[in-house]
Amino acid sequence: MNSFLKDKIKKIVGIDNYFDSLEDKLCYSYDGTPIFQHLPEAVVFPENEEQISLIVKLANQEKFNIVPRGAGTGLSGGAIPVENSIVLVMTKWNNILEVDTQNLTATVQPGVVTGILQKEVEKYGLFYPPDPGSLTVCTIGGNIANNAGGLRGLKYGVTKNYVLGTEIILPDGELLRTGGKNMKDVAGYNLRDFIVGSEGTLGIITKILLRLIPKPQQSITMLAYFDKLADSAKSVSGVIASHIVPSMMEFLDNTTINCIEDYTNIGLPRNSEAILLIEVDGWGSIVEEDAETIINILKKNNTSFVRKAANDEEALTLKTARRSAFSALARRRPTTILEDATVPRSELPVMIEKVTEAARNFNVTFGNFGHAGDGNLHPTCLTDERDNDEITRAHKAFDFIFNETIKLGGTITGEHGTGLAKKHFLEKAVGIPAVEMMKRIKSAIDPNNIINPGKIFSISPRCEEYFSVGNRR
Amino acid sequence: MTQVNYNLLGVLPNDDILSQCIHCGMCLATCPTYELTKLERSSPRGRIKMIKSIARGEIPISEIFADEMNFCLDCQACETACPAGVKYGSMVEAARVEVDNSEYGSFFKKKIKKFTLKYILASKRNLKIVSRLLYYYQKSFLPKIVNKLCEFKIFPQRIIVLESLSPKVSKKFSDSAILEITEPENEIKYTTAFHYGCLMNVMFADINRDTVELLSKTGCKVITPKDQQCCGSLHAHNGDFETAKKLAMENLTVFRKHNYDYLISNSAGCGAFMKEYYHLFKDEPELKEAAKSFSERIKDLSEFYSDILPFEFKTNNEIITYHDACHLVHSQKIYSQPRKILRAISGLNYKEMDESIWCCGSAGIYNIVRYEDSMKILERKMENIKKSGAEKVITSNPGCMAQIEYGCRKNNLNITVEHLATFLNRSES
Repeated sequence: MNSFLKDKIKKIVGIDNYFDSLEDKLCYSYDGTPIFQHLPEAVVFPENEEQISLIVKLANQEKFNIVPRGAGTGLSGGAIPVENSIVLVMTKWNNILEVDTQNLTATVQPGVVTGILQKEVEKYGLFYPPDPGSLTVCTIGGNIANNAGGLRGLKYGVTKNYVLGTEIILPDGELLRTGGKNMKDVAGYNLRDFIVGSEGTLGIITKILLRLIPKPQQSITMLAYFDKLADSAKSVSGVIASHIVPSMMEFLDNTTINCIEDYTNIGLPRNSEAILLIEVDGWGSIVEEDAETIINILKKNNTSFVRKAANDEEALTLKTARRSAFSALARRRPTTILEDATVPRSELPVMIEKVTEAARNFNVTFGNFGHAGDGNLHPTCLTDERDNDEITRAHKAFDFIFNETIKLGGTITGEHGTGLAKKHFLEKAVGIPAVEMMKRIKSAIDPNNIINPGKIFSISPRCEEYFSVGNRR
Repeated sequence: MTQVNYNLLGVLPNDDILSQCIHCGMCLATCPTYELTKLERSSPRGRIKMIKSIARGEIPISEIFADEMNFCLDCQACETACPAGVKYGSMVEAARVEVDNSEYGSFFKKKIKKFTLKYILASKRNLKIVSRLLYYYQKSFLPKIVNKLCEFKIFPQRIIVLESLSPKVSKKFSDSAILEITEPENEIKYTTAFHYGCLMNVMFADINRDTVELLSKTGCKVITPKDQQCCGSLHAHNGDFETAKKLAMENLTVFRKHNYDYLISNSAGCGAFMKEYYHLFKDEPELKEAAKSFSERIKDLSEFYSDILPFEFKTNNEIITYHDACHLVHSQKIYSQPRKILRAISGLNYKEMDESIWCCGSAGIYNIVRYEDSMKILERKMENIKKSGAEKVITSNPGCMAQIEYGCRKNNLNITVEHLATFLNRSES
């Protein structure tokens, strides 16, 4: 990118919102995804819709790429810069514009941190359920772009279930408004839901209207230990078959338990093969009854120990510990490659076995944890990127897991997105016609392919080598 | 491209420490400087990325890098937030050594810092001479004249600031006010040793006296060796490991001469660093063992009264809140202990402030060398203190005390700041 063009961008956003030092480029060359990185040409913090629109128009004219970015905690490489790109950071757009207690909605800017929004709406007795592991850091904009899930997905669904409307600057620089406060709205194509999960490839989200629900009155959190992996999986199936829908049913294997315990020191059972963290919530005595039913199911399936959290504080400690799982696994080895395989819930026990098999066959270590109730697992390979041989084996193990997942009727990503990390598996997972349709839509909306190109799929063969400074991380 | 930076790699404990960060971003929300700029380069993972790239010779040291290393408060809130257990503090401290050796960063500030650390703080005699002079200055009519000169802009405004930030020098220093052996008032429960610190000795002698009084009243014999030294933490945090090691060695030798159960520290920074002495001597087997035994017996005052000598203090009606010193909560992971003690004393009058574990901006000499940044961070703390409704802030570190007291004066708040030792000494039943 030449300095003449850089000056034009600088003029649009203002000198205080423009950064292109080597240090700044380096610090926006990554997101939360392991291994991938690429230096952008510049980093900008736009202040308003008009600036974004002007940048997008300039990008079309001058043929450079724009990579939108929130907090940069994504796990599929959605915010990693591509060649000849500028990073457009939305974290300063962090105002909660309105909490409408009549219609139970919240209007927010995309840079609002998920956890902060939750705390704010809870002051009104309201509830925004999606809770990705990084909720203390990640932004609503990023959540929408990736259709983020979380621990409460089992009962409350994921981000898309709470988006009522969006405002987005399209790749031609025009502002598109979708949805609104109506609970029912079938006027035309459902563009709103189409934006959710588009991974920043269809434009830059600038405003979001969210649906809120009343906050459940009470909850009970339970922790169950298992000496056998299979018993924990059977328990999950048992609970689902009992027609009780817990608000959370999390699975952690022995490796994960130990890493979390190293970090938190809260007394998790280091010798158990697995634990389940289960929460039920709702109103009145039914919560207590559900908890008792679940405890009975767990006992029937040979739990070695089960207990209820003594109070909200302990429940929060347990949930926070669970949310640290992915990062805590990095205590064991420096590179943690996390996957997001999801299978129909009935297949969960098979899936858990397949991960164990992959670890054995390819001689790699896995920490396995995830949203058992959703059939959404995060088998995490504990490896070291400096060891090429081991990385190759890890990739082979993942190929195996992906193939098995698809055989079971599952998908390659439940909640992290396709991005760069999984785009090579997309055709296998969704089929050629689906990918072709996605490409046609992308080309229609973004004919010059300037907004986050090369994510999810590649439109035309382009250089896909993610070289780095000195070719190393 | 530049050469691999062997110096930087040399000060880092090992290569693994560089690889451990998986840039997940869980640290971002806890970093005071990232909150100020919203720039990745002011965040822990951004700084780690830069340090890594410099260590591997991928980018050179630059003005931006130098500034970011010094912008960091080294509060280590990110270490508490990091599930992966990344040792961020040791990386930044190593990087600061390289910055100080480079052409970047303010030459003047670097020289002053070096001089103060090496020739004043590391020498008890010099520190006492300087403090005595400062004491007479503070007592004299001179500050008023200086203030006037600043008002009329003859002297730079910074001097007023420096003056109001620096604590008042004590009339009598701890090493002459505290006897070498203080016997317990009644039956002896523990024999303790007491480390009175360098700045604590001359600036906060009252707190040191309260600490010893408290220990003695609660059944502890207190040994306060006269020839003890500054702990060396400021030196190590600023990259002068040589002096830090020298001071550590002297303390090891001095305290080894005495028999005691626990060594009590009432300064978060000193306690945190002395608990890590054994890292300094990890390559010297003989000293390593001595250092380990020394470090294991160090207890912060709150730790001592919560875990070792539970004591029934008198209850009182003051509405209080507690500010966590970074070096207690983040470095030593001491969070519940002071709360347990304070809740027992104040019951419902103990108010938990929001973000109690957020740095107050004092951070050693940060509030002097980076005044503007420090004040922005302090403002956030003051807001949270105000919201808590407390009339008194309790904390366990002299730096935090001076900073929050300054914040109260600046905002005309009728809130007092008290060290835990003083509060407990008054609450002793």
